[in-house]
Amino acid sequence: MDKIRALVAKEWAEVFRNRFVVFAVAFMPLVLTAIPLVILYSLAAGGEGPGLPLDDISLQLSALCEGLPASACGQYVIVTQFMPMFLIMPVIIPITIASYSIVGEKTTRTLEPLLATPITTLELLLGKGFAAALPAILATWGSFFIFVIGALVMGLQQAVIDKFFDPLWLLAILLVGPLLAVAAVSLAVMISSRTSEPRVAEQISGLLILPIVGLVVAQTTGFILLDTALILWIVLFLTLLDAGLIFFAIQLFQRESILTRWK
Amino acid sequence: MEADGVKIEAHGLTKRFDTVTAVEDLSFTVQAGEVFGLLGPNGAGKTTTIRMLSALVAPTSGEARVAGCRLGYEDQQIRRRIGILTEAPGLYDGLSAERNMAFYARMYDVADIPGQVEKYLRMLGLWERRHELVSQFSKGMRQKLAIARALQHEPEVLFLDEPTSGLDPEMARLVRGFIGELRSQGRTIVLTTHNLDVADRLCDRVGVIRASLLIMDTPRALRQKLFGRSVVFHLGGETAGLAGRLEALPYVQGVQAVETRLVVQLDEPEVHNPEIVRLLVAEGADVQFVGELRRSLEDIYLQIMKASEPNEHG
Repeated sequence: MDKIRALVAKEWAEVFRNRFVVFAVAFMPLVLTAIPLVILYSLAAGGEGPGLPLDDISLQLSALCEGLPASACGQYVIVTQFMPMFLIMPVIIPITIASYSIVGEKTTRTLEPLLATPITTLELLLGKGFAAALPAILATWGSFFIFVIGALVMGLQQAVIDKFFDPLWLLAILLVGPLLAVAAVSLAVMISSRTSEPRVAEQISGLLILPIVGLVVAQTTGFILLDTALILWIVLFLTLLDAGLIFFAIQLFQRESILTRWK
Repeated sequence: MEADGVKIEAHGLTKRFDTVTAVEDLSFTVQAGEVFGLLGPNGAGKTTTIRMLSALVAPTSGEARVAGCRLGYEDQQIRRRIGILTEAPGLYDGLSAERNMAFYARMYDVADIPGQVEKYLRMLGLWERRHELVSQFSKGMRQKLAIARALQHEPEVLFLDEPTSGLDPEMARLVRGFIGELRSQGRTIVLTTHNLDVADRLCDRVGVIRASLLIMDTPRALRQKLFGRSVVFHLGGETAGLAGRLEALPYVQGVQAVETRLVVQLDEPEVHNPEIVRLLVAEGADVQFVGELRRSLEDIYLQIMKASEPNEHG
């Protein structure tokens, strides 16, 4: 565990010197949190109050409002539309960090002395994985916290605020986010093991964001509804996906071929 | 079990990358406290040999024991017991010298991290600059820090891959001096270098490789093997006729007259020099100086490479 802790500390000291990484970890979450808050503020400033008439909301979406007073339903539906934003962060942030941390070891030629130490492949990948996933998870949770505070300040109804802490949101933020971060790290490790350019690794791994974007579109168009049941299915799917990706990431991280074939 | 005093035993080590044979059937041993030099041209397999012995790259065939551990079976133990200076220092630019050291100390499970870090940073003259980022270090300082990093867990065997490569003469001299200190401490060291002067000064034995081992011995024995022992007699005047007189002597293997000097090949100069001097004086020559001609390791290396060329194309 000491080796993993040391590796995480080293990774953070190294990667956070890179301005792209700092942008991804600090700036992007702030932007993604600000967007829904600005929209809520605009609605509030529009005079209708920070809500929409229930009539404008499809029956399917109104199912989300179970237990909410009609006046709060509109607010909650709008806020829910932005929930996938909080799932984008745990994908983009670890991909950026992991891509730079692994390919970066290659470009600075630091990998060989590191691999010559008694560190195991599992310890190495866990260290790199934690270093990439933890900032993403913390940034996601921090953004959610800022979002809730912002919503309170904007005068969202207490019933809506309470809804943020129902199983739908808690599962999404506390479970789906970290699971997505693990998937993103594993994918970035796999790609990084096979490429020699951080940007290439980042771009290829970034394809993982497409399903999340699809989720946003599907929900906005009313094609699917993010409810607790769906989130549970996503949790199950991601758990299996993570297990598979971690397995393949370890298999593909061949010390010898990385040392001798990386040019 | 580790053989008596033997730190490295390699038998028939071979490494192939697809169709390229980087190292072929390499066998050698390195004794405890010995400095062993691996010499050879670029692409001769020196770095691959070090990588195999450091358990970084698996041999295609052959076997080895390093610091008493069997390669391929006890690789973690091997990594724990060796120190390596890779061809590029491979330091983290964004960390200070002290943090670089401390990070690697943790990787090697060093018990007294602050103590060992201080000991080796002081030894390499970097203690005063321990808080500076490595990105601000010169190439020579990086190399010294990388050597300190390789030593701080007190390895049984130290591998140094091109320790003076790319350094200016002053820094190369400093690094060479430090390796000399390690030698005097009785460390077991395997080094690869293109700098034959470094190998000549520091190595107890050298092995010249070009994929496979061409020759291996002490620099002195190699000199004798390839060139014999030669003595130069500096005379005060002409050498005409003297070379023929010396060639007639049964123990003289060859004589070359170069201006006012006679270069005489002998097996035992200590025994025959006085007799030759008496003969030259009797012939009327003024003998000004007598000294052994010391062939450089570069001469030896070039001779071996030249001799190996037909094999390369064959």
